[in-house]
Amino acid sequence: MLMQSETDLSGPSDDTAVPVIALNGVTKLFPGVKALSEVSLHLYPGQVTALVGENGAGKSTVVKILTGIYQPDGGTITLDGTPFAFPTPQAAGVAGVTAIHQETVLFDELSVAENIFLGHAPRSRLGLIDTAAMVDQAAGILRDIGAAIDPAHKLKDLGIANKHLVAIARALSIDARVVIMDEPTAALSQNEIEELYTLVETLKAQGKAILFISHKFDEIFRIADRYSVFRDGELVGDGEISAVTEAELVKMMVGRDVSQIFPTRTPQIGDEVLAVKGYTHPTEFADITFDLHRGEILGFYGLVGAGRSEFMQALFGITRRSGGTATINGASVSIRSPADAVANGIVYVPEDRGRQGAIGALPIFQNVTLPSLGRTSRSGFLRLAEEFKLAREYTERLDLRAASLDTPVGNLSGGNQQKVVIAKWLATQPKVIILDEPTKGVDIGSKAAVHAFMAELAAQGLAVIMVSSEIPEVLGMSDRVIVMREGRMAAELGADEMTPETLVRHAAGITGTPPC
Amino acid sequence: MLKRLLTSREALLAAAIILLLAVISTRFPAFVSPQNLGNVFNDTSPLILLAIGQMIVILTKCIDLSVAANLALTGMVLAMLNVAMPGLPVPIIIAIAISLGAVLGMVNGILVWKLAIPPIVVTLGTMTIFRGLIFVISDGKWVNSHEIGEGFKAFTRAAFLGLPTMSWIAILAVLLFSIVMARTTLGRSFYAAGGNPHAATYAGIDVGRTQFWAFTISGALAGLTGYLWVSRYAVAYVDLAGGFELDVVAACVIGGVAIMGGIGTVMGAMLGALFLGVIKNALPVVDISPFWQLAISGGAIIIAVALNSQANREKGRIILKRAEHAT
Repeated sequence: MLMQSETDLSGPSDDTAVPVIALNGVTKLFPGVKALSEVSLHLYPGQVTALVGENGAGKSTVVKILTGIYQPDGGTITLDGTPFAFPTPQAAGVAGVTAIHQETVLFDELSVAENIFLGHAPRSRLGLIDTAAMVDQAAGILRDIGAAIDPAHKLKDLGIANKHLVAIARALSIDARVVIMDEPTAALSQNEIEELYTLVETLKAQGKAILFISHKFDEIFRIADRYSVFRDGELVGDGEISAVTEAELVKMMVGRDVSQIFPTRTPQIGDEVLAVKGYTHPTEFADITFDLHRGEILGFYGLVGAGRSEFMQALFGITRRSGGTATINGASVSIRSPADAVANGIVYVPEDRGRQGAIGALPIFQNVTLPSLGRTSRSGFLRLAEEFKLAREYTERLDLRAASLDTPVGNLSGGNQQKVVIAKWLATQPKVIILDEPTKGVDIGSKAAVHAFMAELAAQGLAVIMVSSEIPEVLGMSDRVIVMREGRMAAELGADEMTPETLVRHAAGITGTPPC
Repeated sequence: MLKRLLTSREALLAAAIILLLAVISTRFPAFVSPQNLGNVFNDTSPLILLAIGQMIVILTKCIDLSVAANLALTGMVLAMLNVAMPGLPVPIIIAIAISLGAVLGMVNGILVWKLAIPPIVVTLGTMTIFRGLIFVISDGKWVNSHEIGEGFKAFTRAAFLGLPTMSWIAILAVLLFSIVMARTTLGRSFYAAGGNPHAATYAGIDVGRTQFWAFTISGALAGLTGYLWVSRYAVAYVDLAGGFELDVVAACVIGGVAIMGGIGTVMGAMLGALFLGVIKNALPVVDISPFWQLAISGGAIIIAVALNSQANREKGRIILKRAEHAT
């Protein structure tokens, strides 16, 4: 089971270095499941250790043990070489361990300074919070990390990247020695990610030990010094990042060879399905013009905030456009609501599938038929037999396993909920399917499944629009790419023009010939 | 399937009501005579009607605090209309009651839908406005029994197969709305809009319009109940059914309607109302003061909510199971 590879080294190149914090043979049991099985993880000062593994490999459990939320059932934790216990999150804080989470746990209504010092604010002699000192110190920390943020501003006025900076400032304010970053770049655009890298370098230079959890290999190879790979709650390999290749890491993670990450497809591009001309919104986007054909996957690339999702929501009728026309199969259509869009064969699988996808309290069949009720009802009255027929047809197609179609979706596993959401949209028999960030936050094994499925949809003659911020995905899946920047089309690139460089140049606006 | 039926919230509540009746019957056997149970049901009919409407509103993540004021305003308008035009036939009166109530409900619905004002604020406002309007149109005067026409009063009291008309109307409403909720696209959209408004929007359901229809139905039922109330008690005044909206919400909560929306049934709302109705009718018989009645109703609400959160905890256990499959 345990596949120790030859890249598995047992320590850093400098044998004398003592890890700031080390887990030795740590085991964590939950009722009926062993979340961690004798894993070891050493974090060294001034080094970035990348923690890699598929969803469910035990990464979050490690983070929770390091931050005192869970107690290990076996093994030891050492701090500077001496055994230590973290009975509470507070104890972990005192020991200098701090975590910056995927979704930052901060308070929107408080000021930046209050967020940074919540729980350990400087006090005046009367025991009251010394606001002036707090703002001063916050400004100092923010300056240190090169963040141009006014500590008196409310957090809600900041963008997502600046919120991350505040979270990092908070980590520094408690004199952290170990900084855990749990997928810190998941919600950031390319520019913001670059700023984060700079910051990580700063933290390294200050001698902090950094644990960096990420699904993205390019950033692991960019900033990590060491790696640890977990699989099914076990450590399957660790060592110097320079001694390992991307393919070897993937192999360790999934326990099998991933010969190709993207499915090879021979696109059969058919007739024009959708043509959009001059779509414009007063504040969010302008002059979006493109056509889309049967069997085609059209990528939409851009930085976060380039207006891609906003345009898709207008195309789907959730928001109103101020100008522009759309035709489907050559016939002009007016889409004023999601119901219009669905009726015209356009469906939208939103980015936030948990929140915008399924309705947990309703049974599977009712979720599947929800957008198709027009077909399964007659003059307002539902025909349950037809509903079950439709739901059965599409859940079977996706190989959804559940005791009964009457089961509430909330009782299903995450993977099966996804299948319900997809079955729901396929059951509308769409002509155009819009997938917004289809693999965001999805582990590498499931990613391949999503990509294969996308290829299958296109092969069946559906026209697919894929909004994605991941360059490899855009390059690997799209037949054509539209790059958006600041609400406008910056470029339209055919398969032969797509390279990582062209995408980034157009998205960031560093192209020689300005478009539009 | 049978197991699920037996462990459903409705079955538990029905069992609780039967248990309650059994306990009461040990001391007052007369309480469970068919005749008296019929009276209890008839007494509870207005609560059942309003609870059905409220259930639909709560399903869509809203709340309607204006139902009792709507009932009182519609009742006053009808009473004054009856005084002015004594010859108006009952079917016309009922049609006016339902229409006027629906229009008042639409006011709530429009404010929630088009102006996106939180429902609790909207209906708190309209509740006060409706009560104020009663005062304006009646000058604060009562319309008394002797002023109200016999036909107006007789309809509710007429018996049919042993039950008064009012009970039959409640039963018909339960049946009608059971079908609406389970078998129509409108009913389905109430569940979807409250269960996950975002997902419902993407599925092509206009959540705001769905809420508008929920308020309209709630208002129509309140209007209808307004006629039944004034007809039965033969009196209309400003404070008619004052505070009754809280009983209505309580009936829903006891009946297993999730206050966060998306979960609830017509049957549950009816049983919740009956539970409160039995307590209300039994306690005076058992010679317990009205103050204890309030405390017991309150206790029932808290127990119902505690059971709800217990059900949520069960969901947590399933997540662990999922973790088991994942590894």
